[in-house]
Amino acid sequence: MPRGRILAAMSGGVDSSVAALMLKRDGWDVVGVTMDLFGAQGDLPGKCCSFDDRMDARRVCDALGIPFYVLNMKDIFRDKVIDPFIREYACGRTPNPCARCNEQLKFGALMRKAHELGAETIATGHYAVIKGGQNGYRLFASPHKKKDQSYFLFSLDSTRLSRILFPVGEMTKEQVRTVAAEAALPVSQKEESQDICFVPDGSYSSFLIRNGIETPDGDFVDPGGKVIGRHRGVIHYTVGQRKGLGVSAEEPLYVLRIDAAANQIVLGRKTDTFSGSAIVDSPSFVSGRAPAAEFRATARIRYRHPGAKATVHADPSGTRLIVRFDEPQRSVAPGQALVLYDGDEVLGGGWITCASD
Amino acid sequence: MKRVYFDHNATTPMHPEVAIAISAYLCELYGNPSSIHWAGREVRKAIEEARELTAGFFKCPKQDVIFTSSGTEGDNLAIKGIAWRKGNEGRHIVTSAVEHPAILNTCRFLERQGFRVTYVPVNSQGIVEPDTIRAALAPDTILVSIMYANNETGAVMPLSEIGALVRNAGVLMHTDAVQAVGKIPIDMSTLPVDMLTFSGHKINALKGAGGLIVRKGIEFERLLHGGHQEQGRRGGTENVVGVVALGKAFEILGKEMAAEVDEVRALRDRLEQTLFKRIPDLVLNGPPSAMRLPNTVNISFRFVEGEALLLNLDMAGIACSSGSACSSGSMEPSPVLSAMGVDPTDAQGALRFSLGYGNTAEEVDYAVESIVSVVDKLRAMSPLWHPKV
Repeated sequence: MPRGRILAAMSGGVDSSVAALMLKRDGWDVVGVTMDLFGAQGDLPGKCCSFDDRMDARRVCDALGIPFYVLNMKDIFRDKVIDPFIREYACGRTPNPCARCNEQLKFGALMRKAHELGAETIATGHYAVIKGGQNGYRLFASPHKKKDQSYFLFSLDSTRLSRILFPVGEMTKEQVRTVAAEAALPVSQKEESQDICFVPDGSYSSFLIRNGIETPDGDFVDPGGKVIGRHRGVIHYTVGQRKGLGVSAEEPLYVLRIDAAANQIVLGRKTDTFSGSAIVDSPSFVSGRAPAAEFRATARIRYRHPGAKATVHADPSGTRLIVRFDEPQRSVAPGQALVLYDGDEVLGGGWITCASD
Repeated sequence: MKRVYFDHNATTPMHPEVAIAISAYLCELYGNPSSIHWAGREVRKAIEEARELTAGFFKCPKQDVIFTSSGTEGDNLAIKGIAWRKGNEGRHIVTSAVEHPAILNTCRFLERQGFRVTYVPVNSQGIVEPDTIRAALAPDTILVSIMYANNETGAVMPLSEIGALVRNAGVLMHTDAVQAVGKIPIDMSTLPVDMLTFSGHKINALKGAGGLIVRKGIEFERLLHGGHQEQGRRGGTENVVGVVALGKAFEILGKEMAAEVDEVRALRDRLEQTLFKRIPDLVLNGPPSAMRLPNTVNISFRFVEGEALLLNLDMAGIACSSGSACSSGSMEPSPVLSAMGVDPTDAQGALRFSLGYGNTAEEVDYAVESIVSVVDKLRAMSPLWHPKV
């Protein structure tokens, strides 16, 4: 039964390859695409979106007998993901480019391209679950917590979800590999990429320096403002960091805050790293609005965070949330996404601007 | 799905007569042309016949023809070969900003070896003006390389004029004629050019074979050191099938080119004129048809991205091309159009249609309908598009 055209975003990895395979089996007119985000040449070998990955995506599409296109999205990726990443880092924040990329590229610009190519739906290899119902489309975590990627997808609203499929969303990685192997896809045993795609060596500071960002040395201070050492520039540190500070103290010290404007980094003891609440900017909700002015939810403050029970106060203006954790949380980092769940369901989220007691 | 191929400047289908001509060399005639026995002799004969047919087409002595693996190799051989041989006399090369990467990247490579290269600009129609060449010549210029016709716009360069002034200055003149061969008449007996590159797969012969014509007496360094093939000018056992195909293709062109070109020109004009009539806000990139290859038209579709247009047309079975593809296959803005000063937004909406052997009026009409409907659809989605009432 023909189901219309769908754009499958292919990274060259096993998840998106199996996603495309399953769509094809389901009778979709599948068009495989890879986003060219920062060029295949140059000094970015290895991980996601590399030249090899594109070749893999092409081989998979050839094996599936579907068209494959590489879409040039370098300008918008630089504009919406890389430049903000650089700016945020230079401001002492801990940005989350993958969530931004989902919001702006995969489920933003790519959706518009899909429309241009006559596809009203797009699919990716994400591990998360979309359910349609009377109250619109809703987003849930994958039943398999180990692979769940719903955290990165919080900004999708019901309207966008109605045009998205996650064909492998409820599967385990092992199941995905099995399907790939049974179909003899050339990527069934491929390793996963972990790093941010445009920083393949994982060294953010050298990436920033390559991009012309250098921050001057400055002072480490204690929570009382007393100078206790020198730092090498704010881009070399992240909130919660303990190793590599080079300051001796009676007990281990952690980065509590980065004040890029004053070029100061505040260090403190482990007990000081806990915050009772977070202020969240630019909130969005899957359903389109907050469930109530004040509501209970589970908040995840970074990708691998298990979640913390919290009371959420939604500012009536809709521009920010105050999230008060039942138990103080470690290293609430400005720049990271805070994602709110009701059980497995993603309610929405936003970007942490500051943490406080 | 109907399939229409309008990308003959990228490559061409094999001519059926070429297919017949090479069939014997795929199986029964397998000898090495350098061998002295019967198996070698019969193949050697075929190579030399192909060389004669090639020379006959270009009106040059047959020993001037060197077969290579590709147009790219021909360009490399001409430029590096001269630079490395004449590097003591001078280290300056002149070329243009709109050359094929086989020229541009070879020149950039030589720049890293200490040569100076002047990349002369083109005018807004994509044509190299002779005065820019005159101005670029320096006392130590050893070579000028200007393409005969541009692959993206079809602009035909005033090569007779350029060649004459270059040779008057005592400088060697090379032309990459890969796109011009088979589309406009080329006569080496009058053309003031010392070296000329051609390619098989652009003239309905085979990929993997091309050549360089080098006038007698011009010395150049070898790229491939090896056996004595091609009179010691290019080592490596000959690509017999590819060379036979070239010979046959030139033989066919010699007889049929004029009629074929008229036919293709009529189809191209029909495509171009209908598109301009049916679709508003189009921009022609390149010169008017009198100064353009008869098979090529490059059009910017305003308020539409070339990428979306190209992919939609592909899904409708129509093969054409846009800008230049990078190694991964994603589309980049065209350096040729930028060099012409085309507005960057217009350049993004540019498509090249290049027609050739086998195309029909029916295909043109089918393509026009598809293009009209895809452009309408994409413009309806564009926030910038406001149809005039």
